[in-house]
Amino acid sequence: MTGAAPPDGHVVLSADDIRRAVRRIAHEIVEHNRGLSSVALVGMHTRGVPLARRLADAILEFEGESIPVGELDIGLYRDDIPSLELGPRLQRTEMPVDIDGWRVVLVDDVLYTGRSIRAAMDALTDFGRPASIQLAVLVDRGHRELPIRPDYIGKNIPTALQENVQVMLQETDGLDEVRLTRKEGEV
Amino acid sequence: MTQEKLAAPAAPAIGIGQSAWKRRHLLDVDDFSSAEFETVMTTADAMKEVLGRDVPRVPALRGKTIITLFYEASTRTRASFELAGKALGADVINIAAGGSSVDKGESLVDTVRTLQAVGADALVMRHPASGAPYLVARQIHAAVINAGDGWHAHPTQALLDLFTIRAHLGDVRGRRVVIVGDIAHSRVARSNIWALSTMGAEVVVCAPPTLLPAGMRPVGANGGRPDDDSSEALAMPSVQVETNLDGAVEGAEVVMALRLQKERMQGGLLPSLREYATLYQLNEERLSRARTGALVMHPGPVNEGIEIAPSLAGSLQSVIEEQVANGVAIRMAVLYLLARGKP
Repeated sequence: MTGAAPPDGHVVLSADDIRRAVRRIAHEIVEHNRGLSSVALVGMHTRGVPLARRLADAILEFEGESIPVGELDIGLYRDDIPSLELGPRLQRTEMPVDIDGWRVVLVDDVLYTGRSIRAAMDALTDFGRPASIQLAVLVDRGHRELPIRPDYIGKNIPTALQENVQVMLQETDGLDEVRLTRKEGEV
Repeated sequence: MTQEKLAAPAAPAIGIGQSAWKRRHLLDVDDFSSAEFETVMTTADAMKEVLGRDVPRVPALRGKTIITLFYEASTRTRASFELAGKALGADVINIAAGGSSVDKGESLVDTVRTLQAVGADALVMRHPASGAPYLVARQIHAAVINAGDGWHAHPTQALLDLFTIRAHLGDVRGRRVVIVGDIAHSRVARSNIWALSTMGAEVVVCAPPTLLPAGMRPVGANGGRPDDDSSEALAMPSVQVETNLDGAVEGAEVVMALRLQKERMQGGLLPSLREYATLYQLNEERLSRARTGALVMHPGPVNEGIEIAPSLAGSLQSVIEEQVANGVAIRMAVLYLLARGKP
């Protein structure tokens, strides 16, 4: 987000698209896990956290059951910090349950190289031994560098390396929108 | 001693998620912005979560080497830096000046260059000479962390004290914090005064006139002693100065007692330990003048029965042990922010 060029790109997901994607993923999580016993959501900072809360809200609405939601900052597990635009500021990490034996659904906004997910899995396994780890993302933009695939996808958006996928959410950015923008000729 | 600031000033405006950290060294907190304090506090919150785990270890500094170099005695500071480095997955090597090549006459600069050559990414140092870490920071590329230099500064102590106070009181703005004891010779007091003033607390220092730094002494009270040149040289933010502890404690939300450095007794600065204890010991009766539930703090090591009543040090209002525990989280935060590599 910080220092981003003026968004001359175009909208790839509108607020309505995001809402529908979240509701569909919520259904898929219930369906895939054949219910909700021992299912917990863990949002990855920053925008995975509000997405995880929205998924939990939708699941509560459909199934009448509230499931635990945690949050995870993977800053302490990254292997690529210096190359990222991220500041060093760490955010809260909180597991809602002792995750041993739970089916943990990691939630993130964009899946790209897969390195953040690798770090998140390292972090999760430091907390315990989940029965399974699943992955839900709002956008899969491709270009994986690790053998990681999502279980639930809001939208597949094929991208070029020179492009940025910019996810904005009401809770963090004041509006719901996903834009595809062009990187300003750096790195 | 040098007043030069080697760390770059922070950018004034900080956006959400943006880094408020451009420093390579931690020499003092006298030039910290409130945004920088916030960055350290937030990072320490995350470290506290790690320390609460069954296995308190993360790989954030894997492959990094941290060397502690102590030219003065220390228990909690050195142990907590070592624990902090290990919890972050770094290799930690402890060097005490006694038993090292310092005994063979190696100079400070040569010693730290050697330590850098063997691969130190961060050098945690304590030295009896005020300003020594500034000298070192000019000589090496590794991050230099001041773990106490003479009478000058003890930045990680000030950070952990701020962290501890905030855990109980939230924002420190407008809160009355009394620091009582040997202010003149205390690097803890000096760094705390900077940190608390910058964060907006109402800082009160309380001491007999002989134990106040020259600039803070009441007029006519033994002012301008010729041997106090090093405290003269240090600029300080303006604080309220009291010589009567009963008055100073009135309305306080935090009372921090400092260790009376008995070695100072040689200089004739105090008539007797007993008189000091009578007039300046923090006890229950004095604390009752503070706000209800006021925090009792002490940087340790404690001379029980001198600067603080034994019953008070272990009381419910005392957060002394918590200060020690928070020291590990703060030092993890500092190491993480400085030793991770070039941003």
